[in-house]
Amino acid sequence: MRSFATARILLVGLGVIVLASFLPLWVTGYILGLLTLAYYFGVFAMAWDLLFGFAGEVNFGPTFLIGVGAYTAGILDNLYQPPIALCIAAGALAAVTAGVVLALPALRLHGPYFGLTTLVAVLILQNFVVVDAHLTGGEIGLTVPDVISISDAINYLIALWFMAVSGAILFWLSRSPVGLILQASGQDAVQAGALGFNVTKHKLAAFIISAFFSGLAGALLVFYLGSASVGTLVDITVSVQIIIAAVIGGRRTILGGVLGAVFLIAMSEALRPLGDLSNFVVFAMALVVVLLFPSGFFGLLTRTREQA
Amino acid sequence: MSTAEKRAHLDVSGLTKRFGGLVAVKDMALAVGAGKILGLIGPNGSGKSTVMKLIMGIERPDAGSVRINGIEVAGWPSHRIARMGAGIVFQHSRPLHRQTVLENITLALLPDKLMQPFADPQTDARARAIAARVGLSDVLDRRPATLPFADLRKIEIAKAIARDPQVLLIDEPFAGLTVKETAAFSELICELRDDGRAVLLVDHNVKSVARMVDRVIAMYVGERIAEGSADEVMRDETVRRVYLGGSLETAARPESSFRDAATPFLAVDNVSVHYGKAQALDNVSIHIHAGEFVSVVGLNGAGKTTLFNTISGLLPYSGEIRREGAPLRGHSAAAIARGGIVQCSEGRDLFVYMSVRENLDLGGQHLPRAAHAEQIAWLFDLFPVLRDRQKQAAGTLSGGEQQMLTIARALMMKPKLLMLDEPTLGLAPVILEQISKALERLRQTTAITVLLAEQNVTFALPHADRVYVLEHARIVWEGEPAKFAAEMGTGYL
Repeated sequence: MRSFATARILLVGLGVIVLASFLPLWVTGYILGLLTLAYYFGVFAMAWDLLFGFAGEVNFGPTFLIGVGAYTAGILDNLYQPPIALCIAAGALAAVTAGVVLALPALRLHGPYFGLTTLVAVLILQNFVVVDAHLTGGEIGLTVPDVISISDAINYLIALWFMAVSGAILFWLSRSPVGLILQASGQDAVQAGALGFNVTKHKLAAFIISAFFSGLAGALLVFYLGSASVGTLVDITVSVQIIIAAVIGGRRTILGGVLGAVFLIAMSEALRPLGDLSNFVVFAMALVVVLLFPSGFFGLLTRTREQA
Repeated sequence: MSTAEKRAHLDVSGLTKRFGGLVAVKDMALAVGAGKILGLIGPNGSGKSTVMKLIMGIERPDAGSVRINGIEVAGWPSHRIARMGAGIVFQHSRPLHRQTVLENITLALLPDKLMQPFADPQTDARARAIAARVGLSDVLDRRPATLPFADLRKIEIAKAIARDPQVLLIDEPFAGLTVKETAAFSELICELRDDGRAVLLVDHNVKSVARMVDRVIAMYVGERIAEGSADEVMRDETVRRVYLGGSLETAARPESSFRDAATPFLAVDNVSVHYGKAQALDNVSIHIHAGEFVSVVGLNGAGKTTLFNTISGLLPYSGEIRREGAPLRGHSAAAIARGGIVQCSEGRDLFVYMSVRENLDLGGQHLPRAAHAEQIAWLFDLFPVLRDRQKQAAGTLSGGEQQMLTIARALMMKPKLLMLDEPTLGLAPVILEQISKALERLRQTTAITVLLAEQNVTFALPHADRVYVLEHARIVWEGEPAKFAAEMGTGYL
């Protein structure tokens, strides 16, 4: 029954992705640009949900992993101009390494201390970027000489299918036996240990997977934007936006993160006429969603379908 | 279902565990072989659950040996001990709430591997077979939250069976179950024994496990006090003294001597409380007169703490609670406490990093300066040891001193009714005596009203004017302490 539901959700998802692939025929490059950004944010949110929703660890600093991936790829391109694919792979690898270095000591801590460690990691990265300006471009930002493509449509399709593949892998992982063990480790580590599961091993694996997708998406984003800056990739506000996207999309759903990311970016665009007020309104709406529908958009969607 | 091999064996010796200054388990030894059930009994706080956690690797022992099938596992992390063939059934149900019953059982069948894209096709069939064995077949696709209490316990047993452990540890299997459910559970545990497993059964009383166990070890404050067959342990002098106390000297005042006979200070009328499915209080009625000392005696899980929390306004209930005739319903917990009904909780809840004096000052922060000083001076008279320890952090006190501080802090609030929830939990007899003396002085020198919840009958009876017995959420007996031993005593061994 469960695998049937999983297959159905994946089928519906595939249908939506195929439909979305035809969007460049209909909408302007500006909207494609917004959606491209939203899709990368969707991957950030999904990777974050694997840690929070399943392993039960709140990572307050998803931008640490994203930033390490993005800046590694960007700096490498700036210094040596290897093929872009190599830069992106190096970015993902660097994010995984940084993730392990952070998680190994942090996972020994319990409760809010893990979250605090990740928060501090973001601040350290942010300071490193600002201080080491000759490498990173500092506060002005890093401009990379290469981009993947200058075509809005191609960038859009890359982001869309990257998100689709990442989402499928993460979603299927969450529904696999490993996802079940991960949930058990997150909800009750003592019991999971007594059932013979090495809780630290599973949580570390979740962190590595989360770091891989975050770093990969971060690196891709740099070669889409043509630049990297603290304000767009590393700042705590970005972390908060990713967390909000994942939570209003639906905790423990993985795919909900995409809905949340698209919602956040669509709303701040739609409310742009409000000026400075727009962010206020978006966050207020996010608060309402969290308070009234703790299971998020995705929970709302699947529940209505179950009732129907 | 594969059966455990005949060589299943658990050997424990010299096992010791300290928590700060408190020795929770001291030089414990036990052994149980294949196809046998060993009962480990002891009052609350005697350290039996800690023994279980030490065996399972949930806590690290400070010293001693734990051997499973001959292999030394003391100090290993619990997932490795689990893989050596040990399994535990926790006292509290801990299902995954978003997963179905079937998925909860499936979880326990999974290997500890990171690369598992798909579950082994046999897993599903095995999970269903285990569910059938414990009687969960009808509810496989339901979520735990929709199940009755007994079914939740069955999920725990099913998970333990799924690991096919040769050494099975079961923590208080019957807590909160009805008589009928208890019988079904006993049968299940006996079947597991007949598979050739070595079973360690932890419970409070010999009586509840007497028919199943081959041998019993009794524990008290971390030490083994008796071992033998269930009958031998029940006849053991030390065990009787620990559970029932020696000959009773009571100074009970007759109920008619209290002036507020018509409207007692506190009246609890037909109060019922539910925790989801489990009924924690069932039509409980008690009353306490001003100045009276009333004890509520009951085993773990009988509902004592629930009763106190209900009076304190922390839980929703049906029925009525009146203070001096006026209903308490609608008053917040804070208002009830400020009004002078003060609870000393079982967990002690001290601010462990604050000094003794700071803890006391917090309790009396609403008092005017002069009254505050006077109250503290009086308390230091009552508990002289606290005067010497004023500057020490509360967390570094011994268990008995912490208990005295908890009571003293409650007294700083100048309560009209003091509710003490198991103050003897985990305390050595000598400390018990000190607290006992303090309570006696309190009773004789002040007009304070005390409601005491205890499973330690020795401690509950001597001070009490009147005793209630709470059993499976119901009041089953009320009377003078002198009549307790004759009418209710055997149930408390």
